[in-house]
Amino acid sequence: MHGRPRKALTEEEHGASSLKAAKLRDLQSQVLHFHHNKIYTEEAIEISAKLLESNPEHYTGWNYRKLAVQYRLDRRSEDGVDSESIQSILDEELRVVENALKKNFKSYGAWHHRKWVLSKGHSSTDWELRLLGKFQKLDSRNFHAWNYRRFITALKKIPDEEELQYTTDMIYDNFSNYSAWHNRSVLLSNLMEKGGKRYDKENVLGEEYEFVRNALFTDPDDQSGWFYHLWLLDQTLKQEPVFLSSWPPNGSNLYLSLDGRLKGQQSLPILHFQSKARKFPLVLYFSEAVEGVSSSTVTVEYHDGDSLLWTPLSANNFGFSQAWLTYLKFPDEVPSSEARPVKVTIAHFPGITSSRGMPCSQSCHISFSVCVTSDDQEHTEVQSSHRISWKEENFKARATQSIEANLLHSFSKLEITKENKPSTPKWSMEIISTEIAHCRELLSTTNCKIGKLTLARLLMAHKTLTSYGIPDDGTEVHYEDILALYQDLMKMDPAHICFYEDDYSLVLLKQLTSNIESLLKHCDRYQESSSPSTNPYLCVRLNGLSLSRIGSTEHLLWVQMLDLSHNKLRSIEGLETLQLLSCLKLSHNRLCSFTSLEPLKKLKYLEVLDISHNEIGAHSIDTRRYLCSSPLTHAVGSDWYFQKFVDGDVKLNDHWDAYLLFKDLNLIQLEMIGNAVVDERFKAFLLKLMPELKWLDGEKCR
Amino acid sequence: MEHLRLNGAYWGLTTLDVLGKLGAVDQDKVVSWIMQCQHESGGFGGNIGHDPHVLYTLSAIQVLALFDKIDVLDVEKVANYIASLQNEDGSFAGDIWGEVDTRFSYIAICSLALLHRLDKINVEKAVNYIVSCKNSDGGFGCTPGAESHAGQIFCCVGALAITGSLHHVDKDLLGWWLCERQVKSGGLNGRPEKLPDVENGGISDRPDDAVDVFHTYFGVAGLSLLEYPGLKAIDPAYALPVDVVNRIFLGK
Repeated sequence: MHGRPRKALTEEEHGASSLKAAKLRDLQSQVLHFHHNKIYTEEAIEISAKLLESNPEHYTGWNYRKLAVQYRLDRRSEDGVDSESIQSILDEELRVVENALKKNFKSYGAWHHRKWVLSKGHSSTDWELRLLGKFQKLDSRNFHAWNYRRFITALKKIPDEEELQYTTDMIYDNFSNYSAWHNRSVLLSNLMEKGGKRYDKENVLGEEYEFVRNALFTDPDDQSGWFYHLWLLDQTLKQEPVFLSSWPPNGSNLYLSLDGRLKGQQSLPILHFQSKARKFPLVLYFSEAVEGVSSSTVTVEYHDGDSLLWTPLSANNFGFSQAWLTYLKFPDEVPSSEARPVKVTIAHFPGITSSRGMPCSQSCHISFSVCVTSDDQEHTEVQSSHRISWKEENFKARATQSIEANLLHSFSKLEITKENKPSTPKWSMEIISTEIAHCRELLSTTNCKIGKLTLARLLMAHKTLTSYGIPDDGTEVHYEDILALYQDLMKMDPAHICFYEDDYSLVLLKQLTSNIESLLKHCDRYQESSSPSTNPYLCVRLNGLSLSRIGSTEHLLWVQMLDLSHNKLRSIEGLETLQLLSCLKLSHNRLCSFTSLEPLKKLKYLEVLDISHNEIGAHSIDTRRYLCSSPLTHAVGSDWYFQKFVDGDVKLNDHWDAYLLFKDLNLIQLEMIGNAVVDERFKAFLLKLMPELKWLDGEKCR
Repeated sequence: MEHLRLNGAYWGLTTLDVLGKLGAVDQDKVVSWIMQCQHESGGFGGNIGHDPHVLYTLSAIQVLALFDKIDVLDVEKVANYIASLQNEDGSFAGDIWGEVDTRFSYIAICSLALLHRLDKINVEKAVNYIVSCKNSDGGFGCTPGAESHAGQIFCCVGALAITGSLHHVDKDLLGWWLCERQVKSGGLNGRPEKLPDVENGGISDRPDDAVDVFHTYFGVAGLSLLEYPGLKAIDPAYALPVDVVNRIFLGK
């Protein structure tokens, strides 16, 4: 029990406590009796007051009192309206509530009863505010009081500016008042939204940064100010969503072949796509999750006039996503070797909005061309009949000069178009730079955890703004500094190491993909030595980097073969955007469940998957259970045939998550060894689920 | 504490089930007592003779789920009672007296999901109301504009999980806020700069306070989520053992 000490009661205390309990039980049964029999005499009502003043949690008692009040008011209006009597009836209620609150400040029932009385419109709101003032002096964090305050100020129509002043006073009284800071952020959001010169965003933020700086410098270890600072940062960076990148990339020439053979090309097949159906994916990637990407907002000019269907590439099936997908199809009559142009206009018409409600108002174009290679040869499935062994000797780092030149040439086309500048005004950069300076100053005297984290966030914000083309004002920011901060934080605050590892991974990947040279260091050519006639892959190798998370996929949309082995991945969110992925290595990571592999369900071309040596089946708790679509999240419809599939084999009941995952994958090769869930029975289950599978843990299936 | 006996039943029995000891209880006795707590409106009160409220209605459904006895209910009646409490803006009242709180949104959604009657409410509006209670720190309050509080966050995130709406949660931001609830002693507070409730040994809200079934339940549930050996896995959205939840949703 809150506040009740743990010690054995003395005999005397025992006696007193059981007497008290007996008294209370007696009051309770009396009140229930009055309630059920609709007895509203003065004595009865008085007894209910006694009960509620000693046990404000007895909610039926409050209900009884409300009915009693209604009964008395009705009776008075029969005798003729007498507002003074109404007043006295309601005042009595307020007195009872006040006494009850003295017993328990945090009684939901008591506070609600007071609201109910005030809603009748006969009581003094001034009095309420004075009472609240007293309560909040005693406990400035009581959220019931703050909520009630909001209720009264709305009733009294007190303007936000006045309430803002109230939060200012409370904060000056005590900087560590998270509740006051929180309310301040709510009021300022309303005021800034209403607009007007006084509450212009730039002015407000400038003043607020200065205001919170007092709190931060006075007590850097108190969280309240830092959370408010985080809100200010969010307001500073809030902007319209912008288009970042696509596949096929802007300015590229895509070779679309039917049989996987490359004709007359020495170069590596980054921009080659094999599809028997003469279609390929078109992916658009935005700076944040958006909705509204459709044929009404994005126009694609190519030979086919048909309306395209755009789908969001988020791990769940809701309407918001950073990456959006459609398919372009080229009909049979297209003469081969002729490059057909395609022009895409993004945000051609309004309708694309971020999840924060900001519109994507700047439209931009990308164009590329498509070359369909001839199909007069017989179709042979050259590519997919051989097993990918992932052997180290099959990888060759940047073999020859010409290949490198070709790569560079191709990659220069992969750079994100910088034509469209986001609507972030210049003052954002000034604010960020100022805050960086102040934060560094603070950290020079105190080794404060949240301060360090804030500095890391500020430096990343600065990097993001410069990447959007906003000119740097001289504050030099290097990825190495940000990474070093996170390494410090991991040492300072080991309890939260996973959180810092995630952020560290994202920064590392941003650094790695920030320019062509650094990305090239992680690209190897893969040629299966046992089958030299197959086309080589260009494999991006991000293995052994201690990555716990995936990011910067806007730079990796072209990737067909990816090695993420020997990392610390618990989640693979982000991989759903890599639509071209055909071979994926995730061995030796920390994947704990099949539900964590949900993003793979969006990868229609994935054929080779290695998830060996992970932790699937080793944990009693699946922490990602609700992050995937299943009957638990009411997201699976009529295609839930699991029970039929399992066919009465009870031991397989636990594998509903494997069922949901693998039934939608088109795998030819799978490695699963080294996961606790794998046994002969499970392997048989997999083979039944995936009739197209050719290789399982190195052995031929059929 | 008579008025919340039905909650107590849920806390106690779920704890027993997580400890693998539910068999020690006289199931029929419990079920018949629960049914006596039902009001003519379809809702359940905290004890026999107490007024109906969603708080106790959920506990009743949860206990019946533990015993796989949901079919003793007139499901339509209970579902209609809950559905009738949804307001125009998607929020839920706790009972006919109209108190609105996101706790009640969670309760309504969780109850109706367990009864397979989610279609009786406007789920989209319910979700939108919960999202309107989201704060700048990533957390959720009891009403729009209210401060983030760990208890409310559990309710809102749970409701969003059940309705497949977790994309509305900024997982990184909220995850960090929640991590920051852990204080040096290892315990967790409910909001910044407040005292922690420590799950420790015995189990009370903090080491020197008296034990009670409420904190024992949360202590054991916490240990289960931390994969403490010997405990059944508990589902974090429905707050019932995973095998119970799987039976209800993945069974037939």
